[in-house]
Amino acid sequence: MLLRPLLPLAVLLAVGVCAQEKTVVFQGAHVIPIVGEPIANGVLVLQGGKIAAVGAAGQVAIPAGAEIHDARGKVIMPGLVDSHSHVGGPAGADASNPIQPDVRALDSIDAQSPSIQKAQAGGITTVNIMPGSGHLISGQTIYAKLRDGRTIDDLLIPLEDGRIAGGLKMANGTNSIRTTGNFPGTRGKSAALVREQYLKAQDYRAKLERAKGDPEKMPARDLALEMLVEVMDGKRVVQHHSHRHDDILTVLRLAKEFGFKVVLHHVSEGWKVAREIAQAGVGCSVIIVDSPGGKLETKEASFTTPAVLEQAGVLVGLHTDDGVTDSRHFLRVAGLAVRGGMSREGALRGVTLANAKLLGLEQRVGSLEAGKDADFIVLNGDPLSVYTQVEQTWVEGRKVFDLSDPQDRIYALGGAGAGDPRRTQLCCFGNAWELIAAANAQLFGGAQ
Amino acid sequence: MNLRNFVHALGVLLLIFATIAFARAAELEMPLAIHAETLHTAAGAPIQDGLVLVGRDGKIAYVGPAAGQMYTADHRVIRAKVATPGLIDARATVGLSGLLNQPHDQDMLERSNAIQPELRALDAYNAQDPLVAWVRSFGVTTVNTGHAPGTLISGQTMIVKTLGRESDSDVVNPAAMTAVSLGTNALNRADGPGGGAASAGGPRSPGTRAKAVAMLRAELIKAQEYAKKREAKDESKRPARDLKMETLLRALDGSQPLLVNAQKQLDILAALRIAKEFNLRIVLDGCADAHLVLHEIKASGFPVILHPTMARANEDTENLAMDTAKKLHEAGIPFALQSGYESYVPKTRVVLFEAAIAAGKGLGFDAALASVTINAAKILGIADRTGSLEKGKDADLALYDGDPFEYATHCTGTVIDGRLFDGEKH
Repeated sequence: MLLRPLLPLAVLLAVGVCAQEKTVVFQGAHVIPIVGEPIANGVLVLQGGKIAAVGAAGQVAIPAGAEIHDARGKVIMPGLVDSHSHVGGPAGADASNPIQPDVRALDSIDAQSPSIQKAQAGGITTVNIMPGSGHLISGQTIYAKLRDGRTIDDLLIPLEDGRIAGGLKMANGTNSIRTTGNFPGTRGKSAALVREQYLKAQDYRAKLERAKGDPEKMPARDLALEMLVEVMDGKRVVQHHSHRHDDILTVLRLAKEFGFKVVLHHVSEGWKVAREIAQAGVGCSVIIVDSPGGKLETKEASFTTPAVLEQAGVLVGLHTDDGVTDSRHFLRVAGLAVRGGMSREGALRGVTLANAKLLGLEQRVGSLEAGKDADFIVLNGDPLSVYTQVEQTWVEGRKVFDLSDPQDRIYALGGAGAGDPRRTQLCCFGNAWELIAAANAQLFGGAQ
Repeated sequence: MNLRNFVHALGVLLLIFATIAFARAAELEMPLAIHAETLHTAAGAPIQDGLVLVGRDGKIAYVGPAAGQMYTADHRVIRAKVATPGLIDARATVGLSGLLNQPHDQDMLERSNAIQPELRALDAYNAQDPLVAWVRSFGVTTVNTGHAPGTLISGQTMIVKTLGRESDSDVVNPAAMTAVSLGTNALNRADGPGGGAASAGGPRSPGTRAKAVAMLRAELIKAQEYAKKREAKDESKRPARDLKMETLLRALDGSQPLLVNAQKQLDILAALRIAKEFNLRIVLDGCADAHLVLHEIKASGFPVILHPTMARANEDTENLAMDTAKKLHEAGIPFALQSGYESYVPKTRVVLFEAAIAAGKGLGFDAALASVTINAAKILGIADRTGSLEKGKDADLALYDGDPFEYATHCTGTVIDGRLFDGEKH
């Protein structure tokens, strides 16, 4: 119990040590603030890790003694926010149970993994690090700031109430269906198990309310149910993997029934139920993969999904699902969304402010506005062009990536030292081999 | 077989041959006249306001400036902002690995034995798998597809046009290369794909890199001896036909090169060592570490079919880099890009996208385009037919509404042997 209150304190200390010391000004750049029109000759002023001012040249006062960066010919936009990633190789629930809300990605992230540096090289400054989708509830996610840190504590976002920012990962469809143990074997059973668990949590919450803090009357602490209560109280958002259109509607049904806030992830068939998603007022975090298929649920995945959802009025974010796609190609996802018909503005919002909203962090990140975190990237051209490079990435007023630095360049492009001698972690069952073995086991009834 | 069955079978066979012959020889009723605001031919400077006229035989009858060119009312006029030669994917498994990723559509890797050069792509390629149409919709007209990396000798590849009919009718070269894997890919590991159960009953070797190379050497020596025995004057002493050996003989005489997947530098060097020992003509595949052994690759003279630019970096490919293509180009090493093989998603990559990232990471437009057109054609030995827009070559083109490599550009149509197919559908 002693450790719990100490953790946020440690985070604050760590952040304090790293805080930006002097005032920094970028001038001359084409600034894309996301909120408001692009500024042809823009000025960005950073103080104490926050954006002090942003605006057109001549309209923003340049503080005396500031470190001035000439950014003529460059493009500056907010640091990218990735609403679904597996950088740092997080683990989640194990094979013992399909529902494990007590498990935290926090306890399994390798903050020194090169995947973190690669994400910085891709311009990502805030990321939702998720456990996999092989469970109905696979655990708590972490919303991390990609500061230059050595430990996961260096990357956390402490909330005002002392909690650490993060969501709860849920999944439905085939990834969380298994033929082993107490896992669901069908979609109907999947929903029934989730419903059963939330009913228990409702009961638990009622007991807590009745106890009114009286230690004699309090139910025994249950970390799993505690987490679901937090979700039902709207203090934590469910980040829900779902591909097929009917699975998406099941998520909406359960969210309504238990009153939890939810974001739909992947939504490969979201284009089929865009109106229903819009009516439910639920946001989406969409992936674009270079070809459809790879599994049955994604055989109708389309480049048009972000466009169709946008036109239906849905809040659309985009994601990498790193290592399904590479963090360094996150802006490419936005480019492909435009290829599929999304507006340029929508696509740029989709990798910044829309994702910030999906994570409930829009007060801090996602746009260049005074008072927000000084998270931004410097590019040498149109963010949606294949020929453009991310040249610098800044988090809270500190440069965490610089393409002209030889070591950073290796993370940006690859090469000796950039990779990981371990196997790629994929979204669903851990590493790729396990995925194939699991698929084989499922199809052939083998012993997995 | 009774007579009736025989006649029936004969009829079916004749029908098949007639269909193939028709498909091959069918004259185009309305040959295309393709106007492009910018025409990249991969054989010289781009042509502004260019024109490609297709003959009734599906070959290119004219390529050059549109000005002053006459064509008849028989031509069907197609307009594009940008046109390039049809793209060539120099190493794929598309058509053997299908879109659904279910057992019935995954024929790219047979694990019952580590050494199976006799497996032909022709017998396993599903021309109608949606992935074939998918890559075609982005401008890919030709693929060198076949057995995947993953066992020591996994089988052969074929070169096929993405016409989407049948493998016999669409094939360009039914036995293009024989796929060899070195490094972790070659190993029969208990924790490998499908490990344990899936490989039970199969041999447990090779379990190490050295063993893999030893087995490969032994197999090539066996093939050399087989060749000698075949020459025996006494017919009774000649060996029975052995399809494994016959395939490897084609590697030894250079008519069907080994396509050696080697990612780490030590595996690349092992491939070069074997090639020297057996005087083989090989094609290097993957080569994540190419930038660490550029000199050795250059000295060997062998071409490289480089890993996808956006491939995942782990294990043997941990050192891969997005600017390796640029380094190969600068070193003067002939290379092409590939879609490769993915066990999960994307179920196929698209060489257009891989070339785009290479272009953006320093390779530049022209060299990137060459890596998926004329240079790929040269490595595959089909440059006399395709890979560039020149008179007399197959009318294989890709049409775009902008710079082909830009994220938000669309492929508006693909032309194969003069036939127009849909571009991407969004």
